[in-house]
Amino acid sequence: MTELPLLSILVWLPIVGGIVVLALGSGRAQAGKIVSLAVSVAAFVFSIPLYTAFDVTRGDFQFVERVTWIERFQAYYHLGVDGISMPLVLLTTFLTPLVVIAGWQVIKTRPAQYFASFLILEGLMIGVFAALDGLLFYIFWEAMLVPMFIIIGIWGGERRIYATVKFFLYTFLGSVFMLIALIYMYLQAGTYSIEAFHRLPLGMTEQVLIFIAFLLAFAVKVPMFPVHTWLPDAHVEAPTGGSVILAAILLKMGGYGFVRFSLPIAPDASQSLAWLMIALSLIAVIYIALVALVQRDMKKLIAYSSIAHMGFVTLGFFVIFRVVAASQSTDGALLALQGGMVQMISHGLISGALFLCVGVLYDRLHSREIAAYGGVVNTMPRFAALAVLFALANAGLPGTSGFVGEFLVILGTFQADFWLAFLAATTLVIGAAYSLWLVKRVIFGQVANDGVASLTDVSSRELFMLAVLAAAVLLLGVWPAPLTEVMEQSLAQLLTHVTQSKL
Amino acid sequence: MPLNELTIAAPEIFLTAAICVILLVDVFLKHEHRQVTYWLSIAALVGAAATSAYYQVDGPVLGFNGSFIADPAADVLKLFSYLIVAAVFLYSRDYLEENGLFKGEFFLLGLFGLLGIMVMISAHSLLTVYLGLELLSLSQYALVAFNRDSSVSSESAMKYFVLGAIASGTLLYGMSVLYGLTGTLDLAALAERFAAPGEANVPALLALAFVMVGVAFKFGAVPFHMWLPDVYHGAPTPVTLYLGSVSKVAAFALAWRLLVDALGPLQDAWGDMLIVLCVLSLVIGNVVAIAQPNLKRMLAYSTISHVGYIFMGFIAGTEEGIEAALFYTLTYVLMAAAAFGMIILLSRRGFDAEHLDDFKGLNARSPWFAFVMLMIMFSLAGVPPFVGFYAKLVVLGAVLDVGLTWLAALGVLFAVVGAFYYIRVVWYMYFAEPVDRAPLAVAGDFRWVMSLNALALLVLGIFPGRLLDLCASVL
Repeated sequence: MTELPLLSILVWLPIVGGIVVLALGSGRAQAGKIVSLAVSVAAFVFSIPLYTAFDVTRGDFQFVERVTWIERFQAYYHLGVDGISMPLVLLTTFLTPLVVIAGWQVIKTRPAQYFASFLILEGLMIGVFAALDGLLFYIFWEAMLVPMFIIIGIWGGERRIYATVKFFLYTFLGSVFMLIALIYMYLQAGTYSIEAFHRLPLGMTEQVLIFIAFLLAFAVKVPMFPVHTWLPDAHVEAPTGGSVILAAILLKMGGYGFVRFSLPIAPDASQSLAWLMIALSLIAVIYIALVALVQRDMKKLIAYSSIAHMGFVTLGFFVIFRVVAASQSTDGALLALQGGMVQMISHGLISGALFLCVGVLYDRLHSREIAAYGGVVNTMPRFAALAVLFALANAGLPGTSGFVGEFLVILGTFQADFWLAFLAATTLVIGAAYSLWLVKRVIFGQVANDGVASLTDVSSRELFMLAVLAAAVLLLGVWPAPLTEVMEQSLAQLLTHVTQSKL
Repeated sequence: MPLNELTIAAPEIFLTAAICVILLVDVFLKHEHRQVTYWLSIAALVGAAATSAYYQVDGPVLGFNGSFIADPAADVLKLFSYLIVAAVFLYSRDYLEENGLFKGEFFLLGLFGLLGIMVMISAHSLLTVYLGLELLSLSQYALVAFNRDSSVSSESAMKYFVLGAIASGTLLYGMSVLYGLTGTLDLAALAERFAAPGEANVPALLALAFVMVGVAFKFGAVPFHMWLPDVYHGAPTPVTLYLGSVSKVAAFALAWRLLVDALGPLQDAWGDMLIVLCVLSLVIGNVVAIAQPNLKRMLAYSTISHVGYIFMGFIAGTEEGIEAALFYTLTYVLMAAAAFGMIILLSRRGFDAEHLDDFKGLNARSPWFAFVMLMIMFSLAGVPPFVGFYAKLVVLGAVLDVGLTWLAALGVLFAVVGAFYYIRVVWYMYFAEPVDRAPLAVAGDFRWVMSLNALALLVLGIFPGRLLDLCASVL
């Protein structure tokens, strides 16, 4: 490519920006904020060509950059995006400016370090999605832990230290086994290239071991039942921006890992262990949704709802083997895969928006308890309208992006087994129950107490970030084609690859 | 250039002469001029580095009847040792001055120890190995007891001396059995002898076991680690810095010369012994470190666990494995120097910042040095993009390559356990309120070198290729 190295800019611009903000220090916090906003918006602008110049007829990697990095390991600084990773990169660049805006007036302690952490995190997250070299991927993947550890630990709630240490150790434990799998494949393939890993012939035992190593890393990130317990703690204690990034992007890394590594590298192991993945996904969808129902803390409720929604993603990814077996064609499987991907993007927008809504309330009354609110609509009508929209999108209301992903996954699953689809579809009921009940208790009814009576409606800053997200949720809800279109070729190619046995 | 026997030992000869000069000059210096000793020591190190660089060799060259060897790996190890010793002296200078310990002996003993390390690095006969080892050990015993007024220091010096003497005796006994079996002290001749079939017999294994005890003791591998936490804790912090950093280069040289060069053909036997030491060190080092409220003790146990990882490279026994062990040693020494340096940096007159609590709220006192410590801790934990990650990567790769998947899995599992106590330091610095609010008073050069030392961990973490290639090309 002779044009701009777009992906490198997207990775390094925020990181350099973060260093600049750090260097400015908290003494010049205002300048730091402006730099942060400028950098994050610039990153978003630079990411737009990824979409506009993307060739939807190709399923392979585009915008590829490749430079020798560590010759001894045959490791390359190798970046590129396909239809699977490009939307995730856009999601990252889209949400980071909103997170910066969300923290604009709220963050009083060490603002420079706060904004710098988010910028550096943004660069690293884009690096994870764009890396085509296993070692590079792992480095971005692990390096993300450092800013996230700091974000939850400094600006989090009361039990932030417990939460951040738990978050760090859980995710670190998950990923070190992935490292062993990566080294093992490097020794077999003689290179760290992910594409070479895809082509690497592997026996069944090896595939199963590699699959389990990846599963540990990705299941913790997604998170899947039963390794989800870090998430409610981390979410609840993280500052608003941290919760948004965690729910909207970090969780997607697990899902992304499954489609980029587990499925294509170990297709036979994926097939033979699909029952396990489907079972765990359904437990997340049903059991965790029921757990969400009984939460008294708004952030915890949304956190559990995130786990349930991510269950849909993994269900969509692993049900494909049964769909193919049952229908003898890949059409239904493609629907399920697409559904999982759309669900990831849509959940990123919706959960991010919901956490921002909770943040708006928390900034005013400093409580996340559902019981502390009631009748918010009376004092904050504009806020209430948007919050209800996001809650309905979370429940999967047709016309919002939340519906599209769930619908596609259920549609695909139907071709595999009626009862699987039936169980998955219960989420539409339970999801509606906890979302609407939350709305009822917090937004509607009489003004519950003096605190709620004294609330002021959203400022223009808050209105802007929520309105932007609302627009995105509605747009993808009524017209998902732009999103499904870019994914289609890459997913079809993945499906062809996965259905061919490596044995 | 024709290399005669004197030029291959030129750095050692230069350093010996320089030490004698400094020794004489120091006697005539008044206390207020003690800085001269410091600058002369630094000059001696620079001179030795220049000598080493000038007389570097392209391949192995033997001298002194085969008892001394110069090879590219030795050059690299020596140059690295000069650098670290210079950093140790620089980090220690102000601390010693403030605590009334600014005496010429510290620098002289440090240089004598360095000379011992150099002799070990270039050893090609059992006697030379032992000579270098004893020169280093005796200097270290004296250094630990350096603060005569402290009963803790004296106690730990005593402990170190007694246990060290036993270990040296064991090593010497093993060497004497080897000599009795083979009739030679030459490392290459030993290797040749043991390569013959049927030579891995019981007496040879007995000798090997004794040698192994000596090596394990010098590394501080479990179960021969008992001295290490007490000595690290009891010694004055600058001495701990010396013990924790540069003497690990010596330990690597000892294992490399004895196990790989001389007893390489017995790899099956010593590999199994090392696996036991490695597993025990990983488990005990990492688990016990969690319970340490004292940072020096915590780092002592962390050293023990890192020794486990260095051993992994030797266990693999392949060329890549030894390279990995070398890479691990070099990067670990860099990290350890920075970590102990940070303790000195936070210390002041009559106060050692050796408790975890002393690091509380460092981010509020000095964001930059909190970040420096953060880089060191994440590097020690093996989190990318810091160089400690590559150190783990290469040793894990080496053991996976020889099929020891379970050992690699155990290694990463205990890396997670280890991560806990490293990130605990980060959390104290960033998430806790400061207990000690005194502003940091750090000399300019200390500030710069410390920052460079920590930034090196990041830069090497992003571009590790050069150092990896260097380790591969010299061995």
